Amino acid sequence: MVDELLFFMEVLVGGLLAGTMYSLVALGFVLIFKASATFNFSQGAMVFFSVLAFCGFMQDFNIPFVLAFILAALLMVVVGLCTERFVLRPLMNASEDTVLMATIGLGYVLEGLAQAAWGVEVRRLDLGIGDFPVPWIADNLKLFISALDITAGLVAAIMIIGLFLLFKYTKIGLGLRAVADDAGAASSIGIPLKHIMLLVWSAAGVVALVAGCMWGARAGVQFALVDLALKALPVLIIGGFSSIPGAIIGGLIIGAVEKVLEVYIGPFFGGAIEGWAPYVLAIFFLLYRPEGLFGEKIIRRV
Amino acid sequence: MKPVFMTYTKKDLINLAVCMFLSVLIIPTFIKTEYWYTSILIPWLCLALATIGQQIVMGYTGQLALGAAGFMAAGAFAMFNLILRVPDLGFVGSLIVSGLIAAAFGILFGLPSLKVRGIYLMVATLASQFFIIWMIDKFGWFKNYDSSGIITAQDIVILGKPFTTPLAMYFVCLAVTTVLTLLAMNMARGSTGRNWMAVRDMDIAAESMGVSLLRTKVQAFAISAFYCGVAGALFAFCYLKSLEPVAFDIKLSFKILFMCILGGLGTINGAFIGAAFILLFPVLLNAIGNNVFHGAIDATIISSIEQVIFGGLMIIFMIYEPLGMAKLWENLKQIIKSKLSSSNIRSLKSVKEKN
Repeated sequence: MVDELLFFMEVLVGGLLAGTMYSLVALGFVLIFKASATFNFSQGAMVFFSVLAFCGFMQDFNIPFVLAFILAALLMVVVGLCTERFVLRPLMNASEDTVLMATIGLGYVLEGLAQAAWGVEVRRLDLGIGDFPVPWIADNLKLFISALDITAGLVAAIMIIGLFLLFKYTKIGLGLRAVADDAGAASSIGIPLKHIMLLVWSAAGVVALVAGCMWGARAGVQFALVDLALKALPVLIIGGFSSIPGAIIGGLIIGAVEKVLEVYIGPFFGGAIEGWAPYVLAIFFLLYRPEGLFGEKIIRRV
Repeated sequence: MKPVFMTYTKKDLINLAVCMFLSVLIIPTFIKTEYWYTSILIPWLCLALATIGQQIVMGYTGQLALGAAGFMAAGAFAMFNLILRVPDLGFVGSLIVSGLIAAAFGILFGLPSLKVRGIYLMVATLASQFFIIWMIDKFGWFKNYDSSGIITAQDIVILGKPFTTPLAMYFVCLAVTTVLTLLAMNMARGSTGRNWMAVRDMDIAAESMGVSLLRTKVQAFAISAFYCGVAGALFAFCYLKSLEPVAFDIKLSFKILFMCILGGLGTINGAFIGAAFILLFPVLLNAIGNNVFHGAIDATIISSIEQVIFGGLMIIFMIYEPLGMAKLWENLKQIIKSKLSSSNIRSLKSVKEKN
């Protein structure tokens, strides 16, 4: 009985920590949605692009780790700049759905560029953090929890606190919220829309890079990351598109539920239900609470 | 009783006649190489049909859905099982029933559309994509307990006659596509289509004017999935000639989405234009790679470039012409027409002046 409970705890904690990886992807999404009410479908592609660039800098040009990270982050700022200039500004007055479709296109462009520049083969990314159980926890708590999972959890926590403070207490954050609420009104009182957009997309790019590093260290840097990043969408639906804490809670829920279901119910159906369980969970949320746990209520008028 | 067929104008009849003339007489007489049938014409017709399905739900009803390949898989595997287990149904009967089975899935996964829209709905339809593929993959019954992963599709037999040559299969695809395209045009022009478009343009307003959202949306999802299901069955039986769930992955869904958007949302001919473009462009790019650069460019780089161009075009179209290539075609026709008519007027004037 104790063993079973321990096993359940292990599955649950493993799921929760793996969920923070989804949260990291979802975070970039929320950042952009909060500031510009744009659904950025290309966030997954940005994750793939940034981490592949990071690996490329490190492995092809032998640039040291820190410098490569900074270069990749700068590259994401450039991507943000180009996105703002060539995609978002011309689509300033377009409908939500049009912008969403344009970001699907943007995702394709980023995926293609990344593969053209750095090849299609799977790259290994070594962050110096092992994806194996931490001995201390295994000995004392009898739980097998990966060091990488713990790191991802910590990184996510730090980023969330940072972003939360940024949005809540800084002038930039106030500007971001104003733009999200009504871009036209915000720009008419002198908030520089261009700078805000650039800032947000760059920040989302850096978040994508961090998320990519975590995912890359676990699963290898490869195209499948884009599909994994799609799972950030159910996370967002559960947490609410405009809530940073929501992204975290959503990620934790998805991570925990999919792991627990996979371990306890999966075997009856031949496994691999992780592939769709998050989406079905999202559908139930959509039916009963479409705005998500922390989202703002959607009000539409004729 | 409402008329089943909408009144056709003379222009429509001419268009139909020209299309039929080209596809039934000209293409079979002039194209002899099998490559064109097996690799271009057949997949083009199948994917255009699936794109019409996507058009119905996305272009006409305005619901962002991203699960076309899932419904195609449902149709394809339904077809396989129907021919295997209910041989009396025949090819056409099986095709219709497999479309209906896909439609049932469409209704099931279209239900969230009553509550949500935009990207929320996209996520709900992604569930259908992943769920259907997983279901087929994990339950051996759907694959007749074949462990190899790839099942050979049965031969197409209609009224006792085998349709196995590329040309024969082309005609099968052509016949099905023609019938369904005409039907789709009918629906789009009739009250069904008007309801769809009313919901697309402003669902709350449509509802307050007496259009039932439940009925309209579920109907659109069902019909869309029916088209995708039939297209999937044809795709598997005429083009792939095998059945494997991997062939209907999320990438195919995206491809169909691209065909739909680049071709032109809310148009039937856009489905054909978009499908042709997405299919032919890689062929062209590869030909350039092989003939101009003599294979100096790696094939993976070419496919990456192709992806960049598709994505870039998507952005460009969204910015400059959200109605896609069908609208460009329309504009081109308009320009030619106005050029012609202005030259006509000039010639008339000159005739008058002479008199």
